[in-house]
This record gives sequence, C-alpha cells and structure tokens, in this order.
Amino acid sequence: MPRQIMIDPVTRIEGHAKITLHLSDSGEVTDAQFHVTQFRGFEKFCQGRPLTEMPSLMARTCGICPVSHLIAASKACDALLAVRIPATAANLRRILNLAQIMQSHALSFFHLSSPDLLLGMDSDPVRRNIFGVATDRPELARDGIRIRQIGQMIIELLGGKRIHPAWTVPGGVSSPLTAEHRDTILAMLPEATAIAARTLRWFKRSLENFTEESTSFGNFPTYFLGLVGPGGELEHYDGNLRLCDAQGNLVEEQFPPERYQDLISEAVEPYSFMKFPYLKAQGYPEGIYRVGPLARLNIIDKCGTPGADQEWAEFRELHRGALLSSFHFHYARLIEMLYAAEKMTQLLKDPTILNTFVRARAKPNAEEGVGVAEAPRGTLIHHYKIDKDGQITWANLVIATGHNNLAMNRGVLQVAQRFVRGNAIEEGMLNRVEALIRCYDPCLSCATHAVGQMPLQIQLLDPKRNVIDQIGRDSNGEQTRSST
Amino acid sequence: MSEAIAKVKVATVWLDGCSGCHMSFLDIDERLLLLAEKIDLVYSPLVDVKEFPHEVDLTIVEGAVATDEDIIKIRKIRRHTKLLLCLGDCAVTSNVPSMRNTYTVAEVFDRAYHENAQLNRQNPSTALPQLLDRVRPVHEVVKVDIFVPGCPPPADAIYAVLCAILEGKTPDIAALTRFGK
Repeated sequence: MPRQIMIDPVTRIEGHAKITLHLSDSGEVTDAQFHVTQFRGFEKFCQGRPLTEMPSLMARTCGICPVSHLIAASKACDALLAVRIPATAANLRRILNLAQIMQSHALSFFHLSSPDLLLGMDSDPVRRNIFGVATDRPELARDGIRIRQIGQMIIELLGGKRIHPAWTVPGGVSSPLTAEHRDTILAMLPEATAIAARTLRWFKRSLENFTEESTSFGNFPTYFLGLVGPGGELEHYDGNLRLCDAQGNLVEEQFPPERYQDLISEAVEPYSFMKFPYLKAQGYPEGIYRVGPLARLNIIDKCGTPGADQEWAEFRELHRGALLSSFHFHYARLIEMLYAAEKMTQLLKDPTILNTFVRARAKPNAEEGVGVAEAPRGTLIHHYKIDKDGQITWANLVIATGHNNLAMNRGVLQVAQRFVRGNAIEEGMLNRVEALIRCYDPCLSCATHAVGQMPLQIQLLDPKRNVIDQIGRDSNGEQTRSST
Repeated sequence: MSEAIAKVKVATVWLDGCSGCHMSFLDIDERLLLLAEKIDLVYSPLVDVKEFPHEVDLTIVEGAVATDEDIIKIRKIRRHTKLLLCLGDCAVTSNVPSMRNTYTVAEVFDRAYHENAQLNRQNPSTALPQLLDRVRPVHEVVKVDIFVPGCPPPADAIYAVLCAILEGKTPDIAALTRFGK
C-alpha cells in the first residue's frame, strides 16, 4: 500500500526543516523533498541602512557562523569604498575566519554528529546526543568542547566578543592585535592541533564501521565549487573560484568571484523557502554542485600546511577523481580543523601580524560591491548596491548551505531508497535520513536568511500525493506514527 | 532510570533568531558537563526528542514569533512549561527579525523569490508555514516569566541565571547582561 512518512523535527542540525518521502504502491521510495520552513528577509530589510552598518547587521543572519557574514559583508563594503585593505588587516580577518571554521566544525562534528558515529545510528534516541557521548566517551566530548572553546576564545581575543563581534569593518579591522593577545592565542594552538590530529586518527579507524553509510550517503557525481589561492591551495578568506567536475577535471579556474552571476543562477521550488542555486551553463537541475569542506578538499592542489597536507594526500587516495560521498564531509571537516590550527599558527608567527595600520578609510566610491569568502559550510556571497549617500538600495545573498540544496535533496532520496522500507519503518532508518542532512552541516538560519531548529517530518505519500503515514518521535524517544 | 533526586527538566527552543543565543549557551564550555548533572535536557535542537514533553520545569526560548507555526508552538510550550525564559533580544523585543515589519510579506518575498531568482520565480507555499504580517516578541503571544536580554547574552550570564534558577533564587539579570550586549 502506498504511504507517507514524516520525521518532525530533524534534530541536531541548525535550522527548521522537514522531509517528505513519496512511496510507490509496493513501498519503494520514489521521490524525496527537503523542506526548509522559515524565512526572514534580510535582503529586503537592509534596504535604507548605511553601508557601515552592514557587517554587524548581516552577521545577525547566523549565530553559528557570524564571522563569515561579517567577513563577506566587510569585503562587499571594501568594494563599495573601492579600497585595498592593509595586508595585516586581511591576515587578521583570515585568522578570525579560521578560528570560526575551527569552532563551527567542532560543533558540527562533536556536538551534532558524533552521537551517530560513536553511539550508533540505531542507538537509543534518548541518549543519542552530546551528553550521551560525554557519558560513554568523556575524553572525546571534552576534546570537542575544548577545541570549540579554543576557536571561540580566539574570536573573542581578536574581536572582543565570541558571538557577533563588531571588529571587522569596511576597510579592514577596527583595532590591531596586541602582542599579549597573540601570545595567548599561540599558546592555545598546540592543544587544538593535537585534538584535531587525535580525532582524525579515531575517525579513520572507525570508518570501516560505516562502509554502508559512506557508499550510500549522498554518493553521486556533482560539480564541486570553492575558493582557491593563487597556487591552487586551500583558501577560506580570499582568492578566486575554482569549479571541478566529478572526475576532478577543472571546469573553471581562477574565476573572479565578483562575476558569480555569470556562473550560477538561482531557482525557486514551491516546497522550500531555501532557493536552489545551479550552474548556469549546465542548466537546472543538471548544474548540481556541492560546496563546503568536501568540495574544498576535492578542488585544491594542496592545503599548504604540513600536517593537513599529509592527511589530505591520504584522504584523496580513497577514490580516484573527486570524492563523491557526502559522508566524507565529516572526514574533510576534521582535516580542515587541523589545517585551521596550523595555518593560524603560521600567520601569527609572522611579526607583521602586529602592524598597527589595519584600516583603510574612504567614502563610498562604487555603486556596487561583491564580497565572497569560504564559510565553514562553503562559499558565501554578499552583493550590495548603494545610493550616493552610501545607503543600501539592494542586496543579494547566496549562502553556503543554499548551494548544497539540490545535492541535499538528491542525497535524502538516495539514503531513503537505501534504508527506508515503506512496510516496516524503524527509528534508525529515520535517523539515517537525518544523519545525511547532518553531513552537510546545513545552516538554515543562514540559508533562508531564516532560522530555527529543524522539524524533520517524514511523510509517506500515495501516488496522488495524499499523506498516508507520518513518523516522528515522542518525548520518550518512542517512534510515533499516524496513518490515514 | 531511578534517581534519588529527580533532575530539573529543561527544554530549549529556537523560533525566529540566528541561533547565537544557543551558541552562547554552548559557550559555557566545560560547565555544560556540570550542568548535565543537575538537569535533563528533555527537548532541544541538541537532542533527538521530536515532540515537546508534557511537563517541563524550565523552557528557554530564543528568537521572535514570525509565523503561524511559531504561535502554535509557543502556546503549546507555555501550556506544558512551569517557567518560561526569553533568552536574547529577539525573544525579548523581536529585535532584528522585526526589521522586516516595515515591509509587507509580499515585498520581502518579491526581493528573494522574484527579483533575486532567475528560474521558476514564485512564492514558496507548499507544506510551509505562513509568515505573520508582523514579527512579534514572545511576551505579546504568551506570558513570559524571565527576560534575559543580550545579542547574545554572554555565556557567563546564562550560566549564572541558570544556577540561580536551579537554586530557587531570583537572578539579578541587570547585573549580568543588557540589551545589545
């Protein structure tokens, strides 16, 4: 009998969403839709605000990666001022961004996904959370809390505040780094490096327990997009766009990010507040691509720090061409955590980091500005237009999680087809569908410039799209079902 | 599970905000593990429980009320919660989310789904909540017991407030945080 399932809410992810699965008469999953259910309207309500307010205002898009929005907004404003910011300011912003990548990746891996990896996809949902991990493997939970704390403390030491610092401004940063703060940060980084390295060792050992997941969790060919440095190295703050195909071939190289509209377009689907970016030349939906840690490690020629380069070489040996399974977002995230610790150390050991010339001042000099950076979840684009007084007249944001929308929808379908049996639904099946979403570490507060905890519902629909069955979990972690 | 002293049942929910207040809660760092000895996190974006429990001692709300579903959710939460705490400026005043109140829903949708889209331009509406004309602070919809302002409230303030509540004391919020902090 054809049916419908709902999971409501999707937990251990950042935002509001639900999932619908369409099933055939025989109970096979035929289609899946990932609905994002909140909308906020930043692109409209920033209209009329002075450009100097944009970094702090737009950072309120997201409390998990506010630094990415600060940086993309500040870069867009640098373009509106038509200034080249001091080299030290660029490196200070780069360190701030890396500190955030460290803390955000820690949140994703330890606080949100490690319960699946450590306690098991089918484990008791009441205990399947960071507190359950803290009971079973206290040293792993402590490592996760500590490395996130180090990332957040670096942000605080640089920007004065852990969440929504106002330090990054149009033209640079508002104050230089003191020697005292530099030394405090440098003293913490060896511990962060050690935590990242031992977590990688543990993760690689446990990969063999997840062979089914790693072959069916969003494992399909797509393009991969991200920023790279001038030598094709890993780059999160600046650089140009590189696009590779599923075989790892270069499609676009050193593509200027301010021309993003020549590369990607955005489609709307009626079932989600999150838009569907696609590659313009390849069309919709064939122009499906992924961004974020997995994409970045697929497109680069090297990381550029010794420990991360060694790990990256091993990572790339898993598969010829690009690594296609979204399960490996986790693996890539851990390598980037190691990279962030190493790269911050390199940048802070350069004495020019203490230069006091960290801000270029100018009046508005251009009508339009684009700022692009790599957020923890992928390429983030802020694009503003202003009037002659420097007030915003128009804005467009293309958010990291948005780029992955087509791939998340296709991934949900793949996992559901592999694990969900319409005739005998079990909690662990539903958790795997959620775990697929967790691989992408979606930040839906960003993505729809909206927010919320994600209610994930799985619905079984009959061929006429009537809801026949819904699945959720009650407060005791028991599976609930309502059939019609 | 049988324990000599029942732990305090705490829920955290996230309406229309940026998640920064939840992140600031996580910024209490290793004190999370101390807190876990005293409380049971019975519902939260951080745990896998899908329906709001029937009896919760303390619910911490981040974010403003922005959709029809938010109204249903916060009313249900209020019915099943002894103490309701608004965490952060969005829950307390509706803050940044309410900046859209100067425009109509049609205008904000027009920017996102028509002007800034190239294919299938339309307002998404299938299986999605309805946006309210005006984003509202939580206290306009249900009774709120404790207000903790800040954007976000600092982690130390959150921890001090929670400790005071767990000890049955009234927290001195003005000494710990302020609007926009």
